[in-house]
Amino acid sequence: MSGATLIRGAPRVLLALLAFFALSAQRDPILVPEVSQHEIQVRQGFTGTELLLYGAILAPDGSRAQNDYDIVVVLKGPTEPILLREKEKALGIWVNADSLRFRSAPSFFAVASSRPIDEIVDDRTAAIYELGLDFLQLSPSGAIDPVEQQRFTRGLVDLRRRQDLYQEDGKGVTISGGVLYQSRIKLPSHVVTGRYTAETFAISRGRVIMSATAEVEVRKLGLERLVAEQAQKSSVLYGLFAVTLSVLMGWVAGRLFALV
Amino acid sequence: MDVYLPIANLAVNGLVIIALGVGTGVLSGIFGVGGGFLTTPLLIFYGVPPTVAAASAATQVTGASVSGVFAHSRRQGVDYQIGAVTVVGGIIGAVMGAALFSALESIGQIDTVINILYVLLLGTIGTVMARESIAALRQTDGVAPRAAKRRHHPLVASLPMRWRFYRSGLYISPLAPLLLGMVVGILTMLMGVGGGFILVPAMLYILGMSANVVVGTSLFNILFVTMAATMTHALTTRAVDVVLAGLLLLGSVIGAQIGARVAQNARPEMLRLLLAVLVLGIALRMAWGLGIRPDEIYTVVPL
Repeated sequence: MSGATLIRGAPRVLLALLAFFALSAQRDPILVPEVSQHEIQVRQGFTGTELLLYGAILAPDGSRAQNDYDIVVVLKGPTEPILLREKEKALGIWVNADSLRFRSAPSFFAVASSRPIDEIVDDRTAAIYELGLDFLQLSPSGAIDPVEQQRFTRGLVDLRRRQDLYQEDGKGVTISGGVLYQSRIKLPSHVVTGRYTAETFAISRGRVIMSATAEVEVRKLGLERLVAEQAQKSSVLYGLFAVTLSVLMGWVAGRLFALV
Repeated sequence: MDVYLPIANLAVNGLVIIALGVGTGVLSGIFGVGGGFLTTPLLIFYGVPPTVAAASAATQVTGASVSGVFAHSRRQGVDYQIGAVTVVGGIIGAVMGAALFSALESIGQIDTVINILYVLLLGTIGTVMARESIAALRQTDGVAPRAAKRRHHPLVASLPMRWRFYRSGLYISPLAPLLLGMVVGILTMLMGVGGGFILVPAMLYILGMSANVVVGTSLFNILFVTMAATMTHALTTRAVDVVLAGLLLLGSVIGAQIGARVAQNARPEMLRLLLAVLVLGIALRMAWGLGIRPDEIYTVVPL
């Protein structure tokens, strides 16, 4: 019964995959993930968006899964090398003192799970699959001191958490009927463009049973794309355009006010 | 009104940005200062990345000074001769400033240097201006007029090769405004401001220019120096956001016209006292900001 309602509500992709997996009769359960949008368009008026990550988990024969599964979804933005500076008080004023390089800091990282991560898996498993902000793999370079590395990592996570770029929600995934799961992740307007990956993990008794990946492309379109491209490619013209625009606007305003 | 800024990568309320533009435009019209020293920190506070804020503020200041220059030139308030000399100095200074900027940035101390410079410069200038304008106000209020003051600083008089600057009523060496322009150019690149708040008092108290051309000439200088700054940013940091600059401009060109009108109808001593109070206020706020624990201990620098 639940299979019938599922098929009616799910998209065509899911149906096809379902049929395929049902026929192949594997031992592993089937995980079919889907994302509400595969492309996020950043154009004028973009104030951020909400991604719906949903899907189904089924037993190999296509029936309702026997075990109780926990679902963890991880949405990760493009990684970039960064330098993180830390301020310290010296001679009565706050100045940048120590710094640490990270070779691969994700620009966006959101984890949602059906239960808090520490109740689902142990630290080792969480570290392997990067489940949770405590287990981000940032590849620090330079400093070897683990205490220092940890301090900087915590600083970065805390900073980006407050900017909504890093998120962790221990109750962010809802599972209905033991079959369908869904999770909503908010992307603020200041996300960087590029390829985002949404990874879904099905976890049972502390072990990752299945995982599947979907991709989301965030890109600028229209005027926004034109401006961003021109600023990079033809920077001389872009600069001249900015200068002309400002002179022209100032001049027009001057003439208009002279008439008043 | 939500507006997405394509270079800053962020959505902002367009009306807030326009209002900010009007505020700085009024200041620029009244005092001949660009207002960059207000726009840049306020934009950063609003969440705009610092380089984008500084670069786009420079573009905005260009627009605000154009309409200011027009407004002042209509009433013979611009000395183009001195203006040209300071612009040449400004461009030389900007090149020197750019080198200094990248050196300080690579060791991570640019913010601290900028803040300390702000505190020292604004503090000194504010104090000098406040004292002078209070004295001038007293004088016009019926106290016996003092003996005629020395027009310009003795060091200026000692420089060789004198030119006659008619509109300013000066017969001095062009090296003095050239050096002044250079100092302002260096500060423009370092602090991301037009430098009007240094230029105006320096023109008054060091060069001894007549008060009715100071504001217009300062704006004339700012106009060209910020144009150079915008181009430098477009070529190096690529942080000029035309959408952000456009919104700021929309507000500031209107504000500048209003400001120029206010300036015509107010007593110059009173205006100078007001500017002094504003400058001192900002200096105190920044000095306080250096000492307290910042909101963010960590800052991310993309590599």
